[in-house]
Amino acid sequence: MSAGRTTGRRGAEAPGVDVGGGPVVRPYGDATGDGMVQVSFTLPVPHDKRAEGAALQLAAKMGLEPAMLVHARQMGDGFTFFVVYGRVNHLVDLAAVRVVERDYPLLSAKEVNALVRRRLRRKLSVVGACIGTDAHTVGIDAILNVKGIAGEKGLEYYRELRVTNLGAQVSVPDLVAAARAERADAVLVSQVVTQRDAHLHNTREMSAAFREAMPAGRRPLLVVGGPRFDELMAGELGVDRIFGRGTTPGEVASYLVHRLVAGAPVARADRERSTGRATVEVDG
Amino acid sequence: MSPVSGSGGKLALDPVLVARARELARRAGQPVVELARGHTTVSVERAVLRLAGVSGADPDGIPWVNRLVDAVVAEVGLTHGVAAPVFDALARELGAPVPAGADVGVALTLLAQKAAAGSVRFEVPAGRAARSARAAARRAVGVGLRRIDRRRAERDRLVRRHGDPAQRPWIYLIVATGDIYEDIPQAQAAARAGADVIAVIRSTGQSLLDYVPEGATREGFAGTYATQENFRLMRAALDDSSKELGRYVRLTNYASGLCMPEMAVLAGLERLDMMLNDSMYGILFRDINPVRTFVDQRFSRQVHARAGIVINTGEDNYLTTADAVDEAHTVTVSQLLNEYFAHEAGLPDAQLGLGHAFEIDPDLPESFRLELAHALLARELFPDAPLKWMPPTRHMTGDVFRGNLLDGFFNLVGTMTGQGILLVGMMTEAVVTPWLSDRDIALQNVRYVLGAAGGLHEDFVPAPGGFIQRRATTVLGEAVTLLERIVDGGLLPAIADGTFGITRRPADRGRGLDGVAVHADDYYNPATELLEAGS
Repeated sequence: MSAGRTTGRRGAEAPGVDVGGGPVVRPYGDATGDGMVQVSFTLPVPHDKRAEGAALQLAAKMGLEPAMLVHARQMGDGFTFFVVYGRVNHLVDLAAVRVVERDYPLLSAKEVNALVRRRLRRKLSVVGACIGTDAHTVGIDAILNVKGIAGEKGLEYYRELRVTNLGAQVSVPDLVAAARAERADAVLVSQVVTQRDAHLHNTREMSAAFREAMPAGRRPLLVVGGPRFDELMAGELGVDRIFGRGTTPGEVASYLVHRLVAGAPVARADRERSTGRATVEVDG
Repeated sequence: MSPVSGSGGKLALDPVLVARARELARRAGQPVVELARGHTTVSVERAVLRLAGVSGADPDGIPWVNRLVDAVVAEVGLTHGVAAPVFDALARELGAPVPAGADVGVALTLLAQKAAAGSVRFEVPAGRAARSARAAARRAVGVGLRRIDRRRAERDRLVRRHGDPAQRPWIYLIVATGDIYEDIPQAQAAARAGADVIAVIRSTGQSLLDYVPEGATREGFAGTYATQENFRLMRAALDDSSKELGRYVRLTNYASGLCMPEMAVLAGLERLDMMLNDSMYGILFRDINPVRTFVDQRFSRQVHARAGIVINTGEDNYLTTADAVDEAHTVTVSQLLNEYFAHEAGLPDAQLGLGHAFEIDPDLPESFRLELAHALLARELFPDAPLKWMPPTRHMTGDVFRGNLLDGFFNLVGTMTGQGILLVGMMTEAVVTPWLSDRDIALQNVRYVLGAAGGLHEDFVPAPGGFIQRRATTVLGEAVTLLERIVDGGLLPAIADGTFGITRRPADRGRGLDGVAVHADDYYNPATELLEAGS
């Protein structure tokens, strides 16, 4: 750490240089624009001079120039672990970054409950499960259980949400049946195991089953979450929304209300300007 | 093991309260033992047939034990046990008394094949036919049990020859590639790098298969299928490693899920050394029917007792779904119940790897002292059990640097409180299945802590009346209160109400219930008879 240190360059460049379309940044070691990164990797060779040369060659090909080999340690007979520090010559164009930004307002539990009560005039039904062979309920439990995560209560805590948590290793047909029985407005699926892209296969199977079982206007909102999902893949997987690592119950609740309730006709005289769509429906 | 000095030990626990906790666990567990004694399951019956020598699978991979049990159940039901109907049918098929020795297994497997084709009739024998069927079944199962006895003696011999690990805790490392032929070199490399115990994680979902897959397997999801052949291959490889390293390297697998009793038998036959075997894990985390679990559980523990296998219980799991501070006492309660069930099934303390874990939120003030208090409480409550200490998973965030520090503190608690088995934590927990380098860094972490502070438990005596002693007493008190509630309402209703790990599991629900039957008056199980006779 060199928090107190300043350089002449910092003032001129921070936080990034503008090149054409938008700001461009480099990795930050201890000075703006120094481009310093740290990587570690293993090569399947015993530790000797040649191995260290090989590590530096890889670093150079990764764009680390100059690279500094700071640590090498042999593991077992034929492997060596390396830590390399170096300057990368790559630039990051922030204008070209594509991510899913939150496109709905973040609401408190109280606001969520009030909106559901006023506009939906019944409880909003949410069915959650881990599907396939995935037995890791930690994700769905964090979102649904009253306990919640990081001090934020789960959806069971929301008075106006009716939550059915089916738990682990639920088959897709069982999930569809439960969604039907509970008249689910939204189905939340969590997938942690990602071996051989199981999370992608399972999600596609799930969305296809819902498409087959229910007409477009009657399908629940399909939401999947898990640490290894790409949030941009919702369309490709046939679901309405993907939530990645670090999602909180409040974000999920806010999203559900935004999509399912916010645009519903206002029941009482205190009609507000509606911003969403008027019916419960699902894309594609 | 850390010796407990004085009457209250390092924590000055009230001996009256400790005795009360044990007595309550006994009272909570006893009705469940009675329930287990009066029921059987398809998996218990299949385990009996495996002991009698039935092996192999049909072309679809369904084991012959499943075919045979299904055929018997279809004709006479499960309630009499399958041993008498099967050996009665075998005598009729052979047209002669059933021979003794290894040929019985061959004859039984042939019978299973015929039964699967529908060409064998089963009935419940009575009178003289029943007596001779039972005697033949007892002889055949006795052969299987003696094979397990020989494997146990072989382990004792190898431990004497190669020696136990030099240090406690034993270092326990997980291997999980899905391919047994990939697992083997990884396990051997891990042993060379210092692992004393290798656990081969099972393929996700195997616990819900109602049969044991056959043969060497190369495909699995997040783990490798547990099969008899995979057990054999890995044990043979680790025997080579033991010889090379001059210390006996132990092998662990899982006796859990719907095939728990069969897994125990296969582990005994292939000289596995430890098996994960929790009394309630399957109920809470796999939604397996509670009655099915307790019946399977008791039989599997009797087999483990006979085979000299150390069981590892799964209390760590509670803390992955419930708060590790608020619910710390549920771990203690589960340990006490696991101890009661294990003792009842014949397991001595030396075979009780009771579990607990380092899962308190590191952002909580004094989290390390709380961990010390909880770990020491387990140590002092079960002074003669090789406790299994499990690493942080819940608060591993993907920040591998912080994770490595957290694992270091986990290792420190392990050595300061004299734990018996230390599951090596990976800083890449929740990120990837461990890489070669992750494992190497994790082992360096363990070796540093054990090397630098291996004897610290001698000096570590919490201040009288201080934070750690007070916390341990609080947790024990909460455990006693919860046990009182369980004794009042019954263990099965407590499980149904979500007392453990938040999950609610009613006794009339869950997987595998259709494979449970009440004993008829003439129920006969030669394995239980021989295991309980202890001969």
